[in-house]
Amino acid sequence: MKKLLQLLEDDCTLSHAQLAAMTGMTEAEVASAVAQYEKDDIIRGYKAIVDWDRTEREAVTALIEVNVTPQRGEGFDRIAERIYQYDEVESVYLMSGSFDLTVIISGRSLKEVALFVGQKLAPLEDVTGTATHFILKKYKEKHLIFRKQEEQEERFVLD
Amino acid sequence: MNYDHILNRQIKQVQPSGIRKYFDLLSGMEDGISLGIGEPDFQTPWHIRDAGIYSLEKGFTKYTPNAGLSDLRREISGYLKRRFDLEYAPMGQILVTVGGSEGLDLCFRCILEPGDEVIIPTPSFVCYGPLVSMTHGVPVLVETRAENEFRLTAEELKAAITPKTKAVVLPFPNNPTGGIMGREDLEVLAEVLRGTEIMVISDEIYAELTYGRRHVSMANIPDMYERTIVVNGFSKAYSMTGWRMGYVCGPRELIAGMTKLHQFGIMSAPTTSQYAAIEAMRNGDRDIEAMRDEYDGRRRFLVDGFRKLGLECFEPRGAFYTFPCIKSTGLSSEAFCDRFLAQERVAVIPGSAFGPGGEGYVRACYAASMKDLDEALRRLEHFLNSL
Repeated sequence: MKKLLQLLEDDCTLSHAQLAAMTGMTEAEVASAVAQYEKDDIIRGYKAIVDWDRTEREAVTALIEVNVTPQRGEGFDRIAERIYQYDEVESVYLMSGSFDLTVIISGRSLKEVALFVGQKLAPLEDVTGTATHFILKKYKEKHLIFRKQEEQEERFVLD
Repeated sequence: MNYDHILNRQIKQVQPSGIRKYFDLLSGMEDGISLGIGEPDFQTPWHIRDAGIYSLEKGFTKYTPNAGLSDLRREISGYLKRRFDLEYAPMGQILVTVGGSEGLDLCFRCILEPGDEVIIPTPSFVCYGPLVSMTHGVPVLVETRAENEFRLTAEELKAAITPKTKAVVLPFPNNPTGGIMGREDLEVLAEVLRGTEIMVISDEIYAELTYGRRHVSMANIPDMYERTIVVNGFSKAYSMTGWRMGYVCGPRELIAGMTKLHQFGIMSAPTTSQYAAIEAMRNGDRDIEAMRDEYDGRRRFLVDGFRKLGLECFEPRGAFYTFPCIKSTGLSSEAFCDRFLAQERVAVIPGSAFGPGGEGYVRACYAASMKDLDEALRRLEHFLNSL
């Protein structure tokens, strides 16, 4: 049986009544478990996954490799915090390997993103280098494939 | 030409499935929902598809040995031991078939003489009767009941046995009821069959899809191994319906006979599919569990939904069907399905299509998205209120 959190991670639009039926819990138990997850920050939010390429809106996303100088006592946390405070920044991850932070940024145009990197990110004290990679096409995000399934001819007999 | 004289008498007597009309009607509807089709809604896991593709890249496009690739038979043997504690020798006791369906067909063709009777519990998948008839056997339908959780009881079995009984089909986990037979249920049937020459044809295609307890095969029961043929396949467990991969396991003498017929009628099961099947058995246990967990949530949701709407619903413990009772509506199961489709654009299948005992029930498949299940229940509420 799937656990409540797994079900919510797959589809947060499921109602408490649905979740209750699927897990064998009561609706009240689901409500209190979800409230507790939210209170404990285990559930960090609920968002739709949007394929902006299918809309009129112009959107550009870039993945930026960032090298930084870690600070005594604080490690990478302080510099990461200074980066993630910017609204333009979607995600920040500390990495192992040849660079330190992955920063994902979205903006309305290439220029907007480039300006952000050049004027805000790169000049930060402790940032020693950046490499910007623009995302050209999203194939899959959060297990969702951004392409319409082709229809297959169906079978009509009983099984 | 008078083709009426040409076409075989038996096949003319086989009634076409009355189900097609629901799909024909549904396909013309913009926002129709089908809970009718009995097919997983998952794609075959990628690593399995990839193994099939890789076999093509390597140029494995020829026939395989008649009984199937020896690697595949070894994997099947290991899988049956690992997951169901069944012992079958890869060489001699396992035959790879074109889906479980071919396996069933081979069973009947290879053991039945004209006039032999085959006991078939119903409601059940519709293929058994016609396949038995085509080989001039006589289907003996035995109705299972909701109050027995749609299990076959020893009394029902005993009452159906005659001197002409050659075999009994055990279609569990069951399509359409979702009933399963536990070890204790099989023990009492074994008590009836011990010492007879009656064979058990155990259709275990849904063996991996049980909820709460593991499937037990009749071949696990003492003295039953030698009188059981296990039919299974990859379609439901690994969501591989289109690959047409199944297998039969049983006593060497019978598998040898079936392999003979298979080599003339089929030659060998599709080669690409066999390579994919090897990968499924080697690295697919997790896929099975993930899909079963997914089905389980939907199962609970749909059963709960029917009950909340006042329809009695036996809790299905296997396969991916619910079988709610619609007698409270005063409609026949066919009238219910016709009207539900016409008024609410939702297709479910009348229980009567699955043989005696099915009237008064409908089959709703939960291998559908939660969104569709939710909307189907909403429309069902609307429909029930309109009656």
